[in-house]
Amino acid sequence: MTSINITFNSQQVQVQTGTSLREFVSTQIGKDLDAESRAVDGSKLGVAAAVNGGVIPRSAWNATVLENGYSVELVTAAQGG
Amino acid sequence: MENNEVTELDVNTDPFVVAGRTLSSRLILGTGGATSLSTLERALTISGTELTTVAIRHFSAAGAGNVYELLQRNNVIALPNTAGCFTARDAILTAQLAREALATDWIKLEVIADEHTLLPDPLELYSATEQLVADGFNVFAYTNDDPALAQRLQDAGVAAIMPAGAPIGSGLGILNPHNISTIVARAQVPVILDAGVGTASDAALAMELGCDAVLLASAVTRAHNAPLMAAAMRDAVRAGRAARLAGRIPRRDTALASSPSEGMMQTLVGEF
Repeated sequence: MTSINITFNSQQVQVQTGTSLREFVSTQIGKDLDAESRAVDGSKLGVAAAVNGGVIPRSAWNATVLENGYSVELVTAAQGG
Repeated sequence: MENNEVTELDVNTDPFVVAGRTLSSRLILGTGGATSLSTLERALTISGTELTTVAIRHFSAAGAGNVYELLQRNNVIALPNTAGCFTARDAILTAQLAREALATDWIKLEVIADEHTLLPDPLELYSATEQLVADGFNVFAYTNDDPALAQRLQDAGVAAIMPAGAPIGSGLGILNPHNISTIVARAQVPVILDAGVGTASDAALAMELGCDAVLLASAVTRAHNAPLMAAAMRDAVRAGRAARLAGRIPRRDTALASSPSEGMMQTLVGEF
């Protein structure tokens, strides 16, 4: 199995070639996601993803395949303001 | 409020409507600076707030969704902010991510000029406002206490004007009450005093000046007893609002006796 290098939230990480953004986020947040990237358990995700500086809507996560050198940012609500 | 029948304010007699939503509390809290989530939760509950700001930051599995879940559990609406953004471009990306993450088109727009003052950069703020309004956002614009800029933001279509009373986290109160009054007098959208509140009297003053609501964070989260200060702020906002609607007496240069001068005992009158 070959792998690629991406930048995830400012860290270098390796992922398997062909990993979709949906699969990657699912692993990070520890929730199974359906094809539309909704949580299988019905919970709200409370996260958003950007790839290479552009927001990727949840509906497009499944069709977004990560490639070598991509920058992925995953954000959520934090204390502030 | 001329109607003397109204002696208590609540959501029925005095609803706070912003961006098409009716809120029962005119106190908006920020979540920044709290020492623990449990203290924050107690402060939020005691404050009676229905709307609370959050920042948008990198997800980490260790702190997964803590604040978001806390707000959901307490039926508090999350108002995401763009804190930490210095350019319109960064603020717009943050707003778009916030909309996706929290399923809301409300955004508290902060575009900061520099780390030292944390004051808004007017040009970047205005540019971001125009673009976000065009993109369908309800923009809560954190702005300088500048009536001219507030007018421009209103004309650009913001949902609320949020003038700073004083620099963020300074606790200096309302440095220019006259400017806040001027902004209020010309506003067609809610004015929410944001930043600078240090203690309860600052929040009451904001409401007495005619602001529709007060947003504060540090004053509560960094207080020695955060839940108790949350209660103080809750009461101060209510008191200030009631005083505003009740109509304060005009200021006078000389005293005006409140006891009648008629009916004085003759012997005493002679002594004066």
